[in-house]
Amino acid sequence: MPIMTDLHTELKASIIEQLNLEDMEVSDIENDEPLFGDGLGLDSIDALELIVLLEKDYGIKLTDPKKGREIFESINKMADFIEANRTK
Amino acid sequence: MYINGMASIAAQTEEDLFAGDLKSFQQNIFPATIVNYKEYIKPMMLRRMSKAIKMGLVAAKQALNEAGVEVPDSIIVGTGEGCKQDTEKFLENILDENESFLTPTAFIQSTHNTVGGQIALDLKCTGYNMTYTQNSVSFESALIDAKLQFAEDPDTRCILVGGVDELAKTSTPFYNLDGQLKAGEINTTQILQSESGGTITSEGAAFFLLSEIRTQDSFAEISDCMIYREISEEKLQEEISWFLKKNDLKPEDLDAVILGNNGDKRFDHYYHQLQDTIFKNTLQLGYKNWVGDYNTVTAYACWLGAEILKRNEIPQQLKLNNLDVKQPKSILIYNQYLGKNHSLTLLRSL
Repeated sequence: MPIMTDLHTELKASIIEQLNLEDMEVSDIENDEPLFGDGLGLDSIDALELIVLLEKDYGIKLTDPKKGREIFESINKMADFIEANRTK
Repeated sequence: MYINGMASIAAQTEEDLFAGDLKSFQQNIFPATIVNYKEYIKPMMLRRMSKAIKMGLVAAKQALNEAGVEVPDSIIVGTGEGCKQDTEKFLENILDENESFLTPTAFIQSTHNTVGGQIALDLKCTGYNMTYTQNSVSFESALIDAKLQFAEDPDTRCILVGGVDELAKTSTPFYNLDGQLKAGEINTTQILQSESGGTITSEGAAFFLLSEIRTQDSFAEISDCMIYREISEEKLQEEISWFLKKNDLKPEDLDAVILGNNGDKRFDHYYHQLQDTIFKNTLQLGYKNWVGDYNTVTAYACWLGAEILKRNEIPQQLKLNNLDVKQPKSILIYNQYLGKNHSLTLLRSL
């Protein structure tokens, strides 16, 4: 069971703000919930927003957008990827 | 073209309009009424939409609903300035992020054809989709295109046509800089008596489901529409008479005229001279002192005229003279902005 960190909370807050997820609170997003499809229901435009978010907030430039599918699977996956690759 | 369904969102509600309960504003820029958009648009779609998209999509859906049509054959939208809110957001991003880290959403949705595109996506309509941007005749341009579509394509049975424009927090007040808006203390109910230049502005959307053939749902007809980029005051009366004549009417046959008086002393003389001459004995209605002036406000005027024909009822607060009509059958809409882009739209009851 992954540990809930400040990064998890920070990511949820950023996603809510950046993707205009109105009426949604940090506590509404589960760490292992799929962000796309049947989970949170994000779409391809959101994926582009998340790529920009990674670069802007954590200094991670995603050179292969195809990797996004795996990285953006859930908050847990995103947090793991950011911890391993962040430059800021 | 027959109107089978229509809807409008503006600074005044339909209920207040016909109840004689229109409200005044104390500022030269005022918003459209609050609508529960969530009733019509899924939350995940709604979150990205600026006001123009929300107003346009909801008005479009309401018009289709009234006509009992799920998907139109074509979608034609008029918008003078398009999605200004997202344009501002995108430009602010460029400045804030020093031209890097630009997110796609605001850019994608900043284009003028976003409203038409979003309506098509929502309805899954893959037919002809066009947006006209031609200042204050944007809606009329869309109407004329609809007429041409019906004339050229026998398979086109119904077309969704609308006009939409939104306010934006930075770019709308730019109109203060070149005198398009009134300066100083404003009470919108007083502007038509104003002795100064400039007007008041707002936002809105009005959509119509049109068919070339009369159906059981048809309740009014848009008989004709003309645009004049520029026209002299002297020539205007002549053109109106010619326009009416080609529709088998004389000025005195009209039951009402809906005029675009907006309180701008520099240009309202175009209306005043008609009010004092060929329309002297015709019921005159004005609406911009209640809903503001914006590029596609004539879509509201068209909705207003059709609603009057549908209800057989005149909103008393709009009257510019003391005449009355019991059963209006023919209504002419005349509009111009800053002395340019004059338009004539003729509505008839069925």
